[in-house]
Amino acid sequence: MTSHQPNTEWTSDEMMTVAAARELTNGAICFVGIGLPSTAANLARAIHAPDVVLIYESGCIGAKPDRIPPSIGDGILSETADAVISIPEIFSYWLQAGRIDVGFLGAAQVDRWGNINTTVIGDYGHPKVRLPGAGGAPEIATSCKSVIITLRHGPRALVEKLDFVTSMGHGNGPDARQRWGLPGAGPQVIFTDLGVLRPDEESGEFSLVGVHPGVDAGDVVRATGWALKVSPSLVETPAPTERELAALRKFVSHDQ
Amino acid sequence: MARVVSLNEAISGAVHDGDVVALEGFTHLIPFAAGHEIIRQERRDLTLVRMTPDIIYDQLIGMGCAKKLIFSWAGNPGAGSLYRFRDAVENAIPHELEIEEHSHAGMAARYQAGASGLPFGVLRGYRGTDLSKVTTSISEITCPFTGETLAAVPALTPDVGVICAQQADRKGNVMMWGITGVQKEVVLAARRSVVLVEEIVDQFSPKTNGVVLPAWVVDTISVVPSGPHPSYAQDYSHRDNSFYASWERISRDREAFLAWMTEHVLNTGDHDAYLASLDGTRHRSDS
Repeated sequence: MTSHQPNTEWTSDEMMTVAAARELTNGAICFVGIGLPSTAANLARAIHAPDVVLIYESGCIGAKPDRIPPSIGDGILSETADAVISIPEIFSYWLQAGRIDVGFLGAAQVDRWGNINTTVIGDYGHPKVRLPGAGGAPEIATSCKSVIITLRHGPRALVEKLDFVTSMGHGNGPDARQRWGLPGAGPQVIFTDLGVLRPDEESGEFSLVGVHPGVDAGDVVRATGWALKVSPSLVETPAPTERELAALRKFVSHDQ
Repeated sequence: MARVVSLNEAISGAVHDGDVVALEGFTHLIPFAAGHEIIRQERRDLTLVRMTPDIIYDQLIGMGCAKKLIFSWAGNPGAGSLYRFRDAVENAIPHELEIEEHSHAGMAARYQAGASGLPFGVLRGYRGTDLSKVTTSISEITCPFTGETLAAVPALTPDVGVICAQQADRKGNVMMWGITGVQKEVVLAARRSVVLVEEIVDQFSPKTNGVVLPAWVVDTISVVPSGPHPSYAQDYSHRDNSFYASWERISRDREAFLAWMTEHVLNTGDHDAYLASLDGTRHRSDS
């Protein structure tokens, strides 16, 4: 299929979604939330990972939607799933038992160790902004074999210190997960609308390893609330292909 | 044994001021009609329990029915914030709302323990998070066999559990299919249960992923077609996504919210009248 969209035109959110989709390998068992994670996972399924298994916390295992579901319990998920099971079962037999390869999480705030806040901005007792809260995230972050984080870049989103730790990434350093006895490897990558962050080999802190086309690494550093280290082997993310954009836009055009 | 009664009678009999009430349904089969009836009957000081306080709890909180909320994710799925919930937590409007906050896995474990008649649930959860610092109902227990430290959460045993299902049969057995969330657990964990169904049938036909609750664990059944609206009942109705998207416009301003609730809930006598009041805007089911 060809697209009439020139491949030099895409939004930074589309770039973020495409970059995240490429991270998923074919056959991976993937626990996805609604929004960008669901879009990226379905894009991966359409492009390079037809056998990726999508698991939604509503209890839908192996969902194969042909449009992006607006909610996590949309009928298109249960109707196309291999199995639909109860909520206690999804979190016990499937998630805590360690059957999930990749957990896909969004965040209001993330810190240099990949810890996530989705609970409050400000003081918990008297919040400036009350956010939705934990949902499935704390145990997804605990038990999935690895975690992908996506969020829009900004100094109030990538922060020096979280207002609240909703889900644990790497705590206060590289050995924290082991000390806490967390079975999964935790967050391995953060995709933003500006670039890609992965743990630094020495310090374990999330560092800038990639910038999206047209983005300056200095701008990414300025848009980050901690002193972001830039990898000496910084690469530019390959631009979205026509095929990726066409597939993504086909999904999203159905999203009412 | 399940009795078939009107929704008005089911709610007035089961839900009293000060009760702990759980209306469950994970995106699918949310008992909106029951929430509206609780609002019409002006129940107060409720402790509301629900994994995903959706628009239905935004309405109950905004109308002053709740003193406390036990939950794990409070948002308008796929559409944004719950402004009445936020107004209560951020600004104590219409009054202060106590919150007890868990994760989904924690809430599921609590319902499972309640359904099992066990005092607490256990999970590999909350480690390294701030949730255990702010929520007193999160504790720890050491496994006597492996020595692993695990999270312990107390059983949830609501006074009332309310769910929607697709069908009941003539004997009062209840059947639901599609996404069934924690609905079985909340009925088994609750002291009293209220079930809303789309219809009563002579006999069930087998459904993929179907779940049946025997009549003797259900207290009342009310026939309320489209009772989940704007949520849905698989094979009966579609989710009214445009209503979810419009909720921000309706609810962001408290005065606009109150005017909407007066027109569509307080001034409508029952669920049929509520649906009729939305005609022209409601997503019609054709299945």
